[in-house]
Amino acid sequence: MAKIIVVTSGKGGVGKTTSSAAIGTGLALAGHKTVIVDFDIGLRNLDLIMGCERRVVYDFVNVINGEANLKQTLIKDKRTDNLFILPASQTRDKDALTREGVEKVLNELAKDFDFIICDSPAGIESGAMMALYFADEAVVVTNPEVSSVRDSDRILGMLSSKSRRAEQGLEGIKEHLLLTRYNPERVEKGEMLSVEDVKEILAIELIGVIPESQAVLNASNSGQPVILDKDSDAGQAYLDTIKRLLGEQVPFRFLTVEKKGFIKRIFGG
Amino acid sequence: MSLLDYFRSTKKNTASTAKERLQIIVAHERKRRNGPDYLPQLERDILEVIRKYVDIPADQIAVSLEQRGDQISVLELNVTFPDDKR
Repeated sequence: MAKIIVVTSGKGGVGKTTSSAAIGTGLALAGHKTVIVDFDIGLRNLDLIMGCERRVVYDFVNVINGEANLKQTLIKDKRTDNLFILPASQTRDKDALTREGVEKVLNELAKDFDFIICDSPAGIESGAMMALYFADEAVVVTNPEVSSVRDSDRILGMLSSKSRRAEQGLEGIKEHLLLTRYNPERVEKGEMLSVEDVKEILAIELIGVIPESQAVLNASNSGQPVILDKDSDAGQAYLDTIKRLLGEQVPFRFLTVEKKGFIKRIFGG
Repeated sequence: MSLLDYFRSTKKNTASTAKERLQIIVAHERKRRNGPDYLPQLERDILEVIRKYVDIPADQIAVSLEQRGDQISVLELNVTFPDDKR
């Protein structure tokens, strides 16, 4: 039985697509057959982050409309085994995704895959609602910043009332908090909400903390999920996140300012 | 800023301000989320009626619907009148 995980946030620009790419890649690296589905119809970007933008032939909406089958449409990742991408359509038709259509495609994917990662668009319009509707678990991507936290809380409300699980009276969606763009220096100076602050306000279980990192922009510049940059802080933080998602207990890293030693302070590094 | 100010500075840091503001607005929005859809409109209508008689700012009125047991819902209306308008 495939597990459907939605990566969502409400607010835009907090790192949903970066996180979807990292989580999908991480699960595939761990040996699980995974597909990442881009739900951002009209503003396709997962393909760029995954570095497969020139290999898109058909898209999600083509599959829904029966213009192409999944086999023709899914893009197999070249770097990571077990990993596939289902690109969004660039159509301007907002209603291109129907609930029946999405359900049909997800059911078909579920036969073949262990994990289906739904990369949600920002906002609370139909695309975002469609991305979360069928989810079993949700990764709520949040920045330590007032508007992002408030929007995340809004999305948590949607997860518990507007999902299939809620409507059918099933067990609720399992919600995870993924805090991104975390800057321990600013937290220590009292300029940024801390992990504890955000946890206290949103009151959901913490799955990962990704530090603000140069590596993220480098990764998106080159179309490589940041989790493949294993030497980087962000890459390692995503690897830890995957382990937690798979049920392992892993201590949190990168939460405090790294104290530079005497030698390092003089010679840099 | 003089050196003395630096040591005397008791300015609250912005992160704790952010936290307090968030706690209030999130609690407010959660309450509303669980209520019926007509509650915001009801609140606006009641505010309009009261404003015919007393000039009060919009944030001085709170309407909430509370479920007490299976049978009873209580509609609570809280209006704070400004001191000089009583």
